Amino acid sequence: MSEIQVHARGLLTTVQDLGREGFGPLGVSPSGAADPISLRLGNRLVGNPQGAAALEMTLLGGTFLFPQGAVIALTGSDFGATLEGMPLDPWIAVDIRPGQTLRLGSTRSGARCYLCVQGGIIVKPFLGSASTHLLSGLGGYEGRALRKGDVLHIGPEIAPFRKTTVAARASEQLSPRKVFRVTPGPQSDWFPESSLRTFYAGTYRVAEDSNRMGLRLEGQPIARESGGEMITEGVSIGAVQITAGGLPIILFVEQQTTGGYAKIANVISADLHSLGQLRPRDEIRFEQVDWETARTLLCEQEKLLASEDLLSQ
Amino acid sequence: MLKSAADATRFQRASDQSLLIYFGHQITLEAHDRVRKLLSLLEMEPIAGVRNLHPAYCSVLVKFDAMRWQHNQLEKILQTYIERLESVVLPAAREVEIPVCYGGEYGPDLDDVSAIHGMRPEQVIALHSSSTYPVYFLGFVPGFAYLGGLPEALVTPRLATPRRIVPAGSVGIAGNQTGVYPVATPGGWRLLGRTPVSIFRPDRNELSLLSIGDRVWFTPISPEQFAALERA
Repeated sequence: MSEIQVHARGLLTTVQDLGREGFGPLGVSPSGAADPISLRLGNRLVGNPQGAAALEMTLLGGTFLFPQGAVIALTGSDFGATLEGMPLDPWIAVDIRPGQTLRLGSTRSGARCYLCVQGGIIVKPFLGSASTHLLSGLGGYEGRALRKGDVLHIGPEIAPFRKTTVAARASEQLSPRKVFRVTPGPQSDWFPESSLRTFYAGTYRVAEDSNRMGLRLEGQPIARESGGEMITEGVSIGAVQITAGGLPIILFVEQQTTGGYAKIANVISADLHSLGQLRPRDEIRFEQVDWETARTLLCEQEKLLASEDLLSQ
Repeated sequence: MLKSAADATRFQRASDQSLLIYFGHQITLEAHDRVRKLLSLLEMEPIAGVRNLHPAYCSVLVKFDAMRWQHNQLEKILQTYIERLESVVLPAAREVEIPVCYGGEYGPDLDDVSAIHGMRPEQVIALHSSSTYPVYFLGFVPGFAYLGGLPEALVTPRLATPRRIVPAGSVGIAGNQTGVYPVATPGGWRLLGRTPVSIFRPDRNELSLLSIGDRVWFTPISPEQFAALERA
């Protein structure tokens, strides 16, 4: 079996796939890639099923030796990769020869870069998924972020190498956004008109202590009308909850499954992947759309991802 | 009676891929039974395209494939499930005993809680371990059981500033709830003690010690018993 040797771990490198749905009754959230579109595209580039497990790197990438070689693709943000010291472009399938070393540096754009490998990263699945759930130490590679000296196994070769790339038009349409489109949250009407105006007019900054559980935002606090008493209830990914201090937290892939804060809005499905590319101190805004628009945008995105001319040789 | 229960049911869109079903807006055993019955019915007769369920005190969040369903279509189908809830028979509640070492390093807030209520720590321990608590649901993090029915004399607000890390197994109280932290997480509940028993066990078939609908009671143990159980 081919392997990857971890020579440097980077800031936070984990094994991720598209997550484990269906375990909400146990309090287990799906986890999975923070930018699932980059993961899906990377897997397509190397000929994998789109949900194969890959490495998710955060802000600063790792260094990896491929003793037996591999077909790989880097997607998501540009981490200034080099192969044997030569610059390596993201968004294209690359044939790594036995004994070559791939080195990633600091991000030049967003928060996360994916290293997809033909055959996928093989780990023991937990509840049907390879995704790491960091908080509970479950799934992935021993339930934790990678360290120097770890050895990862790669699944068998699937197809001969082809120098596949993502079509420019597609990558443009799928590139991450900073203006997040949202639908109303289940407690939107608990907020006075003036608070809603503040929320939609304001610019919010991503706080340093944001992570895969949630993105904490800094900016103009949002006042709630006194009255309604929240009873802990199920929460959706992308929910924008307003904490006691009035600051928003966006629930993310390793979210808590239930929560007791009022939700003012919810990021639409088509924009969730962009949350995965937000770095601390990035500035974002919110824009309300109606339910029909949210659905149309998701359908268009999925249509693009399924289209024949998504990839080019 | 049947009609009034159905009238209290309300659908609320939560996101473009989820909706909430509220069974009233109060923490009651009646609403809890309806949550369990809906969960049980959806497990027996799953709806294609429903991806996840997040039960809570008096609501269920239903996450669905937004490419397949629109809210109003799914609401119509869920309505037919809700109309059949009365006929769902729930299994008898399991009874689960959890040993707890109260106070000291295991329960750093025991003295504060005692002071707040003008009680001796022994009285707080006696009260907390005298009740049987229903598991309303598992949520927040893997295996965290929300236990209701804390004796009125122990109702205490949560900490003003949550701890950055609460050790796994910690037994805490907040408002009229009590619960056990399955994994080490940040948390704002006041900690009375700790159990050496694993609450979430990824290596076992039955992942979670507790399930929705169980009835739980706590038994005080000594630090020596804690150490012995931890080794076992």
